[in-house]
Formats: sequence, C-alpha cells, structure tokens
Amino acid sequence: MQRSLIRQFYRDMLLARQFEEAAAEQYRQGRIAGFLHLYPGEEAVAVGTLRAADPGDYVVSTYREHVHAMVRGIPPEAVMAELFGRAGGCSRGYGGSMHLFSPEHRFLGGYAIVGETFPVATGVGYWLRMTDSADAVLCYFGDGAVNQGTFHESLNMASLWKLPILFVCENNHYQIGTEIHRHSALAEVHRRACAYGMLGRRVDGMDVLAVYEASREALAQVRSGAGPFLLECETYRYRGHSMADPASYRSAIEVEELRARDPLASLWRKAEAAGWMTADERRAIEAEVTAAVDGAVAFAEQSPPPTELQAGVYARPLDLYRGAP
Amino acid sequence: MAEMMFWEAVRRAHDEEMERDPLVICMGEDIGVVGGTYKATTGLYDKYGPERVIDTPICENSYTGLGIGASFLGVRPIIEIMSVNFSWLALDQIANTAAKVRYMSGGQLTAPCVVRSPGGTAHQLGAQHSGRMEKVFMGIAGLRVVTPSNPRQAYGLIKSAVRCDDPVFINEHEIMYNMKGEVPDEEYFHPLEGSEVAREGRDVSLFGYNVSVHWCLQAAEILAREHGIEAEVVDLYALSPLDRAGIRRSVARTHHALIAEEAEPAVGVGAEVMAILDEECFYELDAPPVRVSAATVPIPYNHTLEKAAIPNAGDIVAAVRKMLGR
Repeated sequence: MQRSLIRQFYRDMLLARQFEEAAAEQYRQGRIAGFLHLYPGEEAVAVGTLRAADPGDYVVSTYREHVHAMVRGIPPEAVMAELFGRAGGCSRGYGGSMHLFSPEHRFLGGYAIVGETFPVATGVGYWLRMTDSADAVLCYFGDGAVNQGTFHESLNMASLWKLPILFVCENNHYQIGTEIHRHSALAEVHRRACAYGMLGRRVDGMDVLAVYEASREALAQVRSGAGPFLLECETYRYRGHSMADPASYRSAIEVEELRARDPLASLWRKAEAAGWMTADERRAIEAEVTAAVDGAVAFAEQSPPPTELQAGVYARPLDLYRGAP
Repeated sequence: MAEMMFWEAVRRAHDEEMERDPLVICMGEDIGVVGGTYKATTGLYDKYGPERVIDTPICENSYTGLGIGASFLGVRPIIEIMSVNFSWLALDQIANTAAKVRYMSGGQLTAPCVVRSPGGTAHQLGAQHSGRMEKVFMGIAGLRVVTPSNPRQAYGLIKSAVRCDDPVFINEHEIMYNMKGEVPDEEYFHPLEGSEVAREGRDVSLFGYNVSVHWCLQAAEILAREHGIEAEVVDLYALSPLDRAGIRRSVARTHHALIAEEAEPAVGVGAEVMAILDEECFYELDAPPVRVSAATVPIPYNHTLEKAAIPNAGDIVAAVRKMLGR
C-alpha cells in the first residue's frame, strides 16, 4: 500500500478524532446546542470507505455524519460553523449537526430519521442508472436502522433494478442504548443481503486498511453492473449515542476492551513497524490537524448567524400567514 | 376545447411532460404494464419503457423516497400512490425529506417531485380505503397541495406541478376519474395558487374543493331555483398555499360564507377557512360562517351509513337557508 495513502488515513482519522473532541468541548461550553452525535471509535469506517470511493460518487449519510462530510472534502470550518448554527456553515446554519449538505462535494445530506437514508440513496442510484453514469452512491446507516421497513424495501428495489449502491452498515452494536442481540434476531447484518439476492460481507470496522480494501472490492462489484452490495463494518463508539447519553447501559470493561483496538493507535503501530510512517511525520500530521481544528473553531466563532427566516421554504417566497404579530 | 374524462386528462398531462423532458418519469403500483388502477397511465409503459414508467413493489415509503432522492439530481418524478390511505406509509419521505430538504440544506438541494393520490369516499370501499388526507398534507411547510375538481384542472395542475421546483401533492378523488369535462386543446398550465369562481352569486359564498365543489354547485342550483338565493361557488383548488385574498374578495361581495368539505371538521380545510374568515373577514360578515363537514367516524361499509357520514348538496342548502333565514 502506498505510504501517502497510509498517511492520508492517519491524518483523516486524527482530524476526525480531534474535531469531534473539540465539538464536545464546544457543546459543553454551550456554543453547540441540540443533539450532537459523535464518531470517536468509528473513524476507520468513514475513512476506509470514502477513501476507496471516487470523487464522482455520491454520499447519503445519517445524523452522525461530521466525519463523512470532512473526508468527502467539506472543510472542517464549514462543518464546525454548521454545528454553531452560523451562516458560514455548510447548510448556512439551517441544518445543524444532523443535517450537513454540500452538493458540490456530492454529499447529499445527513438525515436524522433512522432508516431515511435508504430510499434517498436508492433514488440517487436510480438516477445514476437512468443516466448511464459510472458513479456510485454510498449509503450509510447504523445497526439500529436495519429493522426499519425502508431497509428491506430499498434493498429489494436496489437489487431488483441492479442499482449502483454500496450500503455501508456502521455496526457499533447499539441502537442508542439497546445492544444488537436485544434488537435483532439476526445480529450478522451482512447475512441479510442474501434475502434480496445481493452480495454482502462483514469486515473489521476498527481496521482502516481492511475497510479500505473491502470497500474497493465492493465498489468494483457495484460499478460492474452486478447490483448493490451490503458492507457491514463492525465498529464501536466510545461515547454515548449523543452528548445527552451517558451510556450507562454498558460496562467500563467493554469500552476499555474496544479501546484496545483503537483504529488510530493500531494504524500507527502497523505503520511504524512496516516503516510506512516515521515519528516525525506523525508529529507533523498532529500539528497540522491541531491547527485545522483550532482554525475551524475560530472560523465558527466569527461566522455571522443566518437572518432570513422564511426564504428557502419554497422555491420562491409565498405569502404565508402566521397569525397576528 | 375537447371533452375528455378526468383519467384521460391525467394521462395527457403525463404524456406531454414525458414527451418533452426525458427526465420526467412516473412510478407507482401497477401503473406500467397494467396502465394504472384508474387507467391514468395507460399506454405510457409501451411508449416510454420500463425505466421511465416504473412498476414499483408495494412499499410506499421507499418508492416515494426513491422518487424524491432522484429528484435531488434533476429527475422530475410523478409518483402515484394508488390510494391516499396508503400515503400514510409514505408520510416520512414526503414530510421529512421532500418538504424539508430545501430549507434544512440552506437552499442547496430541492425535491421537485409530484405525488398524486386519489382519496375520498367512493362506493363502499370501507374504512381503510375511504380516507381523506388533505388536512394532513396542507399543514406541512415546504409542500404545496392542490386538488383538482375537474379534468381541466387535473391536466393543468399536473403540468404545472411537474415544472414547479417545489414538491407538490395532488389530491385526486376516486369517483372523479370517469367525470367528463372540457380541456383546452392547446397546452394549458393551471396555476398552483389561487382559487376559481365556479359560479357567480351575490347572496352567499360557498367554498369547496375537489368533490365538494360539485355539491356546492348542485346546492347553488337548488337555492336559485327553489329559494331565490344566488350563491357564489368558489373552488379552492389550491389548499397550500390557500387563497386568502380570493376568500376575502368573495365574502366582500356576499357577506355570507359556508365551507363544504368531505373530511371530518377538526383541524381541516374548513377549520382553516373559518380562521381566515374570522381573522380577515369579520367585519364583512352579516352572519356567523358555517362548516358542512363529514361525521367524525371511520367511514362505514354499509351503504346507508356511508352516505350518512358524508355531507351532500341538501345539507348545504339547509345550512344556507338557516344562515339567511329564508
């Protein structure tokens, strides 16, 4: 594997980790409100899958999507400003943490209804097939989404019509606070693919190299016209479901065991042993990432708030009554 | 001006828009090979092929969402939901995705899709196939709602909806597909906003939409013939946004108002019109305005009870006579 790619993975995952920790700190200080779902522990999934994708591919993601947005190329400043609810945010301050958008990066949104990404991504896949495009769409969801009707409905249509979609399950083993064996009769999500006559596979979602390789293979299948692919990435989130969740439903031992498989630390061990990355290179990346995150917070702090309440509900403003002033 | 049936007008609008723009597609259950439960897409499958005339699996939320997702990228889908009762299942995608995406993306993404669906009480279809859902859709910010009362409006509203950059819900009626009416020979785009005076009169304004326009017209005929009362009938074909100015204009002429609806009264079109009358026409009114609405029941199967649940022209006549004391 190319050294430059390894360093890219490390930089992406470190930016993801530090950005999310900075967001948690800003939330504690009251600058970010609402729901904030953070990604630490799961970095290898977004980085491995999206670095395997082509720039022309589309992405449809969930409410835990800051990292997907940044790996896709949306600047950290625009993501942080959106978390702050500012006009400089990638959704101009109208979306918030759960609704990041940037069509120019082919990032078609963060959606906050569990299971809502499936039909949307299927529609994007349908358009790609209609226009004979060589691009694909990556559709993200957690293990908690696979019992929604839309999972089954959409996978059925995607397979029926051979749509170019990579369904990426970020299986972190908890739907909010309910462990997977308590919510799913079949805890191996990838095995559900066979019900729709499509291919599926499970990969270690704590290992960015494994996720990357599996995604490359899956995307090659998807682009070949063979139809969609269900890639299950087994991962873990260190934090609760959102900042509002203390995660009291799991033991400290469990978290420590998973932290021992930390995607960043294990990539560094491998890279150092194989001579892919030096300690100096690592320190340089750390300095660069710290500056990027500090810059993102500084940008968000000085970005003005959006001011227009009504514009943007419809294509042109309508005379909408709201009662007496 | 040719006479055609409602379903033929719907079909013509599909055909013209699909002929014009290869990104216009239509989708729904049994709309392709079969040509649609109400024949509204007859022949389109053979003409445009399975990729643009999609026979979908029975999964309203996901196939509606498929159309919405495709619309982000420039497709103009006309999504048929076979019965409005099934659109409860697609509400997530209509309300949470299509209606909100423009706003929550800061104006970067839009969902220019059309969702068509027939509702209403037809002929003993039972509680789960007789729903009226316009009140649900008209309360959703970001969604337009229109409801044709004749073939001309059906044709022109679909044409305008396909070219509109907002998501549009078109509420049709199961008993109207075989109704005949004149449709312009040339291309016609009906506005997605406003209202139409279907009959002029000076004594009372009868507001209706979709099927209740016809009850109002029948009632106006009876009132004129038997009671010497000249009723004005206003067709509120646009439910969101609702034509407040049109309501004001009519009441300024007649000083009396009645709204007829096929749905239950609570939180409905009638309630909204009553609020507008109260807020904007209070000093124009010479008598309290009234609603003529359905009974608050799931629609019964029994024919006699079904008819009893839904208002008719006679109810409107009685309400107007009581209001005017004539």
